[in-house]
Parts: sequence; structure tokens; C-alpha cells
Amino acid sequence: MSGNEVIAEVKNLRTYFHVPEGVVRAVDGVDLVIKPGRTLGVVGESGCGKSVTALSLMRLVPSPGRIEGGEIIYYQSVRETSASSLSDIIDITRLKPNSREIRAIRGNHISMVFQEPMAAMLPVRTVGSQIMEAITLHQNVSHQEARERAIEMLARVNLPNPDRIVDNYPFQLSGGMRQRAVIAMALSCNPHLLIADEPTTALDVTTEAQILDLMRKLQADYNMAIMFITHNLGVIAEMADEVAVMYLGKVVEQTDIRSIFINPLHPYTQALLRSIPQLDDVMTRSGERRQLHTIKGMVPDPYTVLKGCPFHPRCPHFMSEVCDQVVPEVIEAEPDHIVRCHLYAPSPEEAQTRKEAML
Amino acid sequence: MLAYIIRRILRAFPQIILISILTFIIIQLPPGDLVTQQILNLQASGVEVSQQHAEMLMRQYGLDRPMHERYLLWIGNIVTRFDFGYSYAWQKPVAEVIMDRMGYTFAIALLSAILTWVVAIPVGIFVAVKQYSITDYFVTFMTFIGMAVPGFFLAMVIMYVALTRFGIRVGGLFSPEYMVQPWSWGKFLDLLSNLWLPVVLLGIGGTAGTIRTMRAMMLDELRKLYVTVARAKGLSETQILVRYPVRVAINPIISGLMWLLPWLFSGGLLVEIVLNLPTAGPALYSALLAQDMHMAGAYILIVGALTIVSAIFSDILLAVSDPRIRFGAVEGA
Repeated sequence: MSGNEVIAEVKNLRTYFHVPEGVVRAVDGVDLVIKPGRTLGVVGESGCGKSVTALSLMRLVPSPGRIEGGEIIYYQSVRETSASSLSDIIDITRLKPNSREIRAIRGNHISMVFQEPMAAMLPVRTVGSQIMEAITLHQNVSHQEARERAIEMLARVNLPNPDRIVDNYPFQLSGGMRQRAVIAMALSCNPHLLIADEPTTALDVTTEAQILDLMRKLQADYNMAIMFITHNLGVIAEMADEVAVMYLGKVVEQTDIRSIFINPLHPYTQALLRSIPQLDDVMTRSGERRQLHTIKGMVPDPYTVLKGCPFHPRCPHFMSEVCDQVVPEVIEAEPDHIVRCHLYAPSPEEAQTRKEAML
Repeated sequence: MLAYIIRRILRAFPQIILISILTFIIIQLPPGDLVTQQILNLQASGVEVSQQHAEMLMRQYGLDRPMHERYLLWIGNIVTRFDFGYSYAWQKPVAEVIMDRMGYTFAIALLSAILTWVVAIPVGIFVAVKQYSITDYFVTFMTFIGMAVPGFFLAMVIMYVALTRFGIRVGGLFSPEYMVQPWSWGKFLDLLSNLWLPVVLLGIGGTAGTIRTMRAMMLDELRKLYVTVARAKGLSETQILVRYPVRVAINPIISGLMWLLPWLFSGGLLVEIVLNLPTAGPALYSALLAQDMHMAGAYILIVGALTIVSAIFSDILLAVSDPRIRFGAVEGA
């Protein structure tokens, strides 16, 4: 792939947590491709590894988590020059956590916005000082220039009276305003990639719509790539160009936004889509409430490694002797539509041969 | 901010008045007063005290007037002339006895407070960052010992060991040869060479406690999201520590300042007695034993007033360091 098309590539990433109870394979072989100016949506239930994937990209995985394998290739100069030299291609997994190299990337090339706007800023320092910190860290500017840049950023995220808010403390802002300020902070150094980890989950619906609008507008302005993590498929439909569905540390289906909603292939994706509450569905004319569709069973406990497909205990299309024995490979079932499921194996015989090869 | 400070200071006045009234009641409680003491004293030295003489003394000290008038007289003298009355035991005005010893009291307490912070804050931060490391376990063990062993006991052990094993005299602030000499460079150096022991002994308990507080606060703060956000900005670990969690974790230490001033007077009393230091604490303690009521009154009043003053002091510092207090905000999340 040429440097012009891709900004970052995650290849077979594995991030494990070594806890006394055992090993939690939070991310277990994830492949993702992130393109400039595009939004990659990552969906899945709680605990499916979507946040850990994001943290791995910035080497922010908290202890006792560790990247055990795989690559995260970052094409550093993708926007500055068209000809990419070798040194501009960085494997983030090879950098030491908290090394000078990764710190130069954090906040500067890759930024992150977190779920809780209320907790993302230190309450005892002004909003402005926390934004200016990122600017002076990565850019050679004076205090005054950094302050002007911070005010400019606060204006860009549509905060009223940015020259006053710059001297406000975080607790003086509402949740929505605070998330705008956090986004301003993340974008203050014009990052090439913005990782948004459920940035609107803690906000009310009206504010959520405003923030999503704002992020789309800023993305167009800066030609920035966004990795948007959420469990909310409605938000995904609004934001993403491409979608990766994760289940238990693996990407089970990945394709463009239309295909995922119109033609979902993986049984898990299909079940997720059926679980979205529909207003006209829930309230029938007769006034009785219909039961919301749920996925049967629970996410299995994280310490056991399931044999075969991780979704098999909950899958409605469970095929005995196949799904509980053989790990499904990535299959390109349709052009640009990949899925990890035995249902789409070229032929059942081939699945059978693979199973025999493993036994 | 200014309004907050003024409000805070105004609020202290009724508290101080209440404390002075309580103090006065306390010193009136025991039977006998200055005049009875003096009469007894005169009689003991063979002087016959007539009824008129006794009444004259009573009038002289205002003891014939009702309680509230005597209170006003007492507090009036203190406020206007810094006159705490006369110490029977010392045969000197109370103010003079205390002032003589005030300098050393402040010097020792301030130095041990500074020692406490200089040692405890960095160590507390360090062991929080290295939680469950060998250093952490070692420091935790030492802090428990430091908190559990009373300072006066440690002082006695050190004095005993120094004297029996090394033949060094420990205690007091001056070597015998400088004890009565006027101030000189030599005397100052001698003071320094004797000062470290009480400073360290008085500081140990506070240091151990402050390390525990700092460690616990830091462990709380290090888990907060804003630390990860700061890391995601590209700050180095040291920059993150100083600019983020420490800013919040330091708050209990600042509120702890409230105990600094009263502790100047009473905190290290036992250590001061054991080490035979010329500070205010032991003098006031012996006054209590001798029923020297003006002296005792001064003691209670000063400790009470200092508590209130340092509460104001720490509240103002806290408001400077934490804008949430300044703006009276209630944190939502």
C-alpha cells in the first residue's frame, strides 16, 4: 500500500493482560487500516477489546497489559511529502512506552479523546493552561502564541467567548462544553489521526449530535483520520466510512458503512443490529411493549480461551464439530467485505479439511 | 478571592472570643487564686498578713469584682498591652517567660515541619508511583514504625545510647560552656550542633504520617483519567506527576498546616521535656502542675488562638491551590 492512502496500519495486534487469575487476551490478532480523511468505526460490546486496541496505538496500555505481538505501522509523513522514506514509517509496537519517540507522536501526530469529559481535565488548572501545554510541548512557540492558538482552537470547537473560557476552570463548564474543550485540546497540534473512544457516551443526545457534527466538520477541515470507538450503532451509522466489528479481541467483520447495515454477514453483527431498539417496533399500536431482541448467553469469562470461534456458544448458526473446533480464518466473502465465520468458508469440505489438519 | 479571605477572617473573631471565655472559666475553676497564694507565701516567710492587707491585695488584682468584669480586665490587658498577668511560679510576668522561649520554639518546630515536607512529599510520591515495589514495602514498614514509636521514647533511647556507649551528652540546646554566655558565632554553631536532634525527633511522627497520606492520595489520583489524558498529550512521566496528580494530592498536606501552629506549642511537649529544651511547652506544662493559673490561661489561650489562626492560614492556602474552593464549586463528577 502506498503512503498516500494509508495513515496507520494495525497488523495482527495482540495485547494481553497478565493478571493473577490468568491471561486476558484483550486484543487477539486485530488487523485494521486507517486512511486519511476517513473515519473507521470500531464497534463491539463492553470488554471486546476496542478501547485496548486504541490505547495500544498510543502505547498507553496500562499495566499489567502488554503488547505481545503484531505491528502498528504509522506512516509519519503521509501528509507532508508524497515520497515516503523508510525512517518515516514507524512501527509503534517497537517503541519503548514513554520513550521520547512515542511522546513526540502522542498529542502531536495521534491524539485521543476519551469517554468521560468530566474526568479528562485536571480540576485545579485552567482549561487554557491544559491546552497550551500540548502546544508548547510539540511546537516551538512562545507562551503568548500558544495562548492565542488555544483561544483559536476553543473558537473552532464553537465554544462561546473563547477568550474567557481559556481562563476558566474545567468545573465551570458543562459536560458538553468540556468535551468540546477536550476535543480542542486533542486537535491543538493538528493531529493526523484522532482516536475517539466513545466521546459522546457520557453526553445527552442533543449534545451528542452537536459534538458528532463538530467532529465531522473538523475532520473535513483538517483532512484528519478518525478512529471512532463506540458501542452505539446509531452513532456509527452517522460517523463512520468503514466499520470493524469486534468480539472478544478479534475483528469478526469489516467493511464499508453501507454493507454493514444492509448486508451484515457475521451472525454477531446480525444479532447486534437486531438488538437496536426501534421506536415503532417497541411501541405497537395496541400499546403493549414488545420484548427487545437480545443476544443469548453472556460474554464468556475473559480467562478461558475458547476453542474454535469465540462466538460459537452464543451463535444461532452454530455448526457442531466445526465452530467449536476450528478457529475461523479471515474470509473476503465479498469485495472489501471480510468476515471471520465458517458460514462463508469457500466450501464446507474445505472447513472440514482445515479441521482435520488441526487435529 | 479577597472577599473569601475577609469572610474567613471575620468568621474567626467569634471563635477566638469564645475560646478566651472558656479559657477564663477554666482558670477560675480550681480553688484559690493569686492572692491566697501570695498570702500563704508571706505567712510562710513569717509575715503576718492582716485582713486589710489581704483586701488591699484583692482590690489591687481586681479580685473583688464580679467575674465578667474580671474577664474583661484580663482579656483587655492581653489585647491592649500583651499582658497575660503575673506568673507566681516564675516570679515574672507571664509574657516575659513565654517570649524568652518563643524563638526556640518557633525555630525547632518550623525546622522539623520543613524537614517533614522535604522528606515526606517526595518519598510519598515515589512510593505511590512504585506501588508494591521493594522500596514501597520498606518505606511502608518504616512509616508504621515511625508512627508507632513515640518521639519521647526515641529521645530517651538516643540519650541513653549516646551517653552510655559514646559518652556524648545529649539534651538541651546549648553545651554547658555556652549556656550562660552572650550570643556569639561559637554559641550559634553550638546551637546548630544541638538543634538537629530535637528537630529530627519532632519530625519523625509527622514525616511517617505525611508519607502515608501522600502515598494514598497519589494512588487515588494516579488512576484518574486526566493522568492518561496528560500522557496522551505527550508529556513525560515527571512532567505529568508534577503538573497533574501532585497538584491535587498535596491538598491534605495543606489542610494539615492547620495543626502546625498549635503543634509548635504543644505537639512535641514530651520530647521537649525529655530533652530539656528551653522552649515554651515545658514551661507552660510546669505552670499547669504548679497551679500557676495566669500562666496556664496564657497557654490554653495561645494554643487555641493559634489553632484558629492556622486554620485561616491553611484555608487561604487551600483556596489558592484549589480553585474549586475559591469558587465554591461542587464537583459533579
